[in-house]
Amino acid sequence: MHEIPLQYILIVSTLMFFIGVWGFIVRKNLITILMAIELILNSVNINFLAINRFLYPHHLEGHFFGLFVVAIAAAEASVAIAIIINIYRRFTTINVENVSEMKH
Amino acid sequence: MDFLYTIWIPLIPFLLFLLIGLTGMYFKPIVSGIVGTVGLGVITLLSFITAYQYFFVDGMVDGVYQKIVAGSYTWLAFTDTLHIDMGVMLDPIAVMMLLVVSIVSFMVHIYSLGYMKGEKGFSRFYAFLSLFTFSMLGLVVATNIFQMYIFWELVGVSSFLLIGFYYDKPSAVAASKKAFIVTRFADFGFLVGLLLLSYITGTFDFKTLTSPEGIETIRGAGLTFMGASAVTWAMLLIFMGGAGKSAMFPLHIWLPDAMEGPTPVSALIHAATMVVAGVYLVARLFPVFIMVTPESLNVIAYIGGFTSLFAAVIACTQFDIKRVLAFSTLSQIGYMMLALGVSGYGEHGLGFTASMFHLSTHAMFKALLFLGAGAIIHAVHSNYMYEMGGLRKYLPITHLTFLIACLTIAGVPPLSGFWSKDEILAAAWHHDKLLFFIEFAVAGLTAFYMFRLYFSVFWGKETHYHHTPHESPLTMTIPLMLLAVASIFAGFIPFGEFVSSDGIPHHGEIHMNIAVPSVAIGLLGILVALLMYRRETTVPDRIAKALGGFYRTVYHKFYIDEVYLFVTKKIIFNLISRPVAWFDRHLVDGTMNKVAWVVEFSSYRTRQLQSGQLQHYAVFFVAGVLVLVLTFAYFLF
Repeated sequence: MHEIPLQYILIVSTLMFFIGVWGFIVRKNLITILMAIELILNSVNINFLAINRFLYPHHLEGHFFGLFVVAIAAAEASVAIAIIINIYRRFTTINVENVSEMKH
Repeated sequence: MDFLYTIWIPLIPFLLFLLIGLTGMYFKPIVSGIVGTVGLGVITLLSFITAYQYFFVDGMVDGVYQKIVAGSYTWLAFTDTLHIDMGVMLDPIAVMMLLVVSIVSFMVHIYSLGYMKGEKGFSRFYAFLSLFTFSMLGLVVATNIFQMYIFWELVGVSSFLLIGFYYDKPSAVAASKKAFIVTRFADFGFLVGLLLLSYITGTFDFKTLTSPEGIETIRGAGLTFMGASAVTWAMLLIFMGGAGKSAMFPLHIWLPDAMEGPTPVSALIHAATMVVAGVYLVARLFPVFIMVTPESLNVIAYIGGFTSLFAAVIACTQFDIKRVLAFSTLSQIGYMMLALGVSGYGEHGLGFTASMFHLSTHAMFKALLFLGAGAIIHAVHSNYMYEMGGLRKYLPITHLTFLIACLTIAGVPPLSGFWSKDEILAAAWHHDKLLFFIEFAVAGLTAFYMFRLYFSVFWGKETHYHHTPHESPLTMTIPLMLLAVASIFAGFIPFGEFVSSDGIPHHGEIHMNIAVPSVAIGLLGILVALLMYRRETTVPDRIAKALGGFYRTVYHKFYIDEVYLFVTKKIIFNLISRPVAWFDRHLVDGTMNKVAWVVEFSSYRTRQLQSGQLQHYAVFFVAGVLVLVLTFAYFLF
């Protein structure tokens, strides 16, 4: 089978990363921002796996790191959703522009 | 048997101070008074036991009274020899002072039960009295010069608290501040002097300092400064501290104002005990003075002599009875200083013995005079003698005891003042004829101004009082009577047998060729006062008018206070303090203010960045990361 070159995979993950960053900056809904963060994390995961596969095919550290990031992402999502629920109770909105109490 | 129990003599009043000061407000005021008085009774008893044991049982070894350290605790150790201890040392003058301080303090405690009755802050008064007694006793029994300095400051602060006892009275507040600042200024000299002395000798300990080896060490120090040896400077600076506390000219200005305090306080602190601390200090270091720097003793003698004359002249013109007594105190302390200054050592140590003798007799009769004055003020509600007269009918006990005290201070035999004054005059005669004649004149002046006071208060014109003055309660008259007895009989103590400069008993004798003229001039003074003030006459006014400017100068205390005010306000404040204040305010503070302003301005501007918008922060963060990445990329490739 013909292998997909590493560069292609890296281009996909880079696109995913910047789509995530872009989403983090421009979207106003906190849930969507959370989703953008997931995109960033998963783009990194793709990098881990791909580079592990191409450079050190007989080692598994990249896979483990990928699993680790998935676990962290799950925990982070639960904490973030708990924060978002509390924000909703406090401000009755999840629009990030309206949550700006902590300023000068 | 050892003397360990003597550590309780200073400790008991300290505990009393804590007890009364912390819990006094929860009880009736009289409880504080009684607790304090009973405590002082115990201390007086302990002092008598100590004196008996020291002088008659344990104190003397091989015919010399020893310096006995009853208990000592090393508090701060700098080197093996230089350490600050807290302890109790007994020697003849310390034991004598223990007796004097505890007796007078006990009398004042009893007296105040009546005098201060119903005053606001009654238990506060007793707490402060206990604090003062603690400090004074600690000063007296100090084992080393630094302990003495610590307690020296403590008596200063208790004096400050008690002068300002009526803290809602502006004049009392001003007087307490004045007393504190003037004595504190002098104490600075004391501190420098004692540090200098300890630098030369490497020890603070009195026992080492005054031992023959200690004297040798001090003499060996070859440092000189401005033509005098460092030791002389150290001793003169230490004397400056003593002069401040004992109100010697020109540091005397605080004492007359200190009379703003309650009268029992004046009796205890500003007549009998604290003001003689300076004399005691010089007596403590007397071996160092006489063996190493006899020339500084000359300074002491002349300052003492001048102060006694100066104060006696002023006392003749004052009308406030407490101020007359204050100037009389100055004059008598001048006597004591002079006696120390003219004294020799050992066989020729008559002046030393006389000074200590006069210190103790003066404590008794001056406390009596002040307490008597308190009884008069209590009855008449005035301090001014021109508002009094004919009081002998109303206050028989006060009258009698006051008369005894006046006769004592005038040096009429066989009352105690005669014996001690005779010894001082004899000592002065052998040393310096000029000083003798000064003191001789002062003896006459003393008799005159005391009897001027006595006649104008108890005889003189018949004054009509708003309500008939009545004799004071027993709590006030009993101390008067006890002190009167002490004033009469204290002179018969063979003082030289107990107290001398080297600890060896010397036999005292009366010097007829000096006693007869001094009694004569005393009687002359009394006679002049009798003629002038026995009945109301115009003689005093005519004399005052004839003297004119001189009288006014004396009446205004030679304008010394005004000179001080001129020097401080016009010269020091204008020429030194103002430029320094300007420099501080405009240059030092100005620089700091500018720095603060720059920081404040820039933070005001930058705080606008904190918008609270999460995504703004994210943009900054991403932009920052990009800048870093690009920078690294630029430098790496």
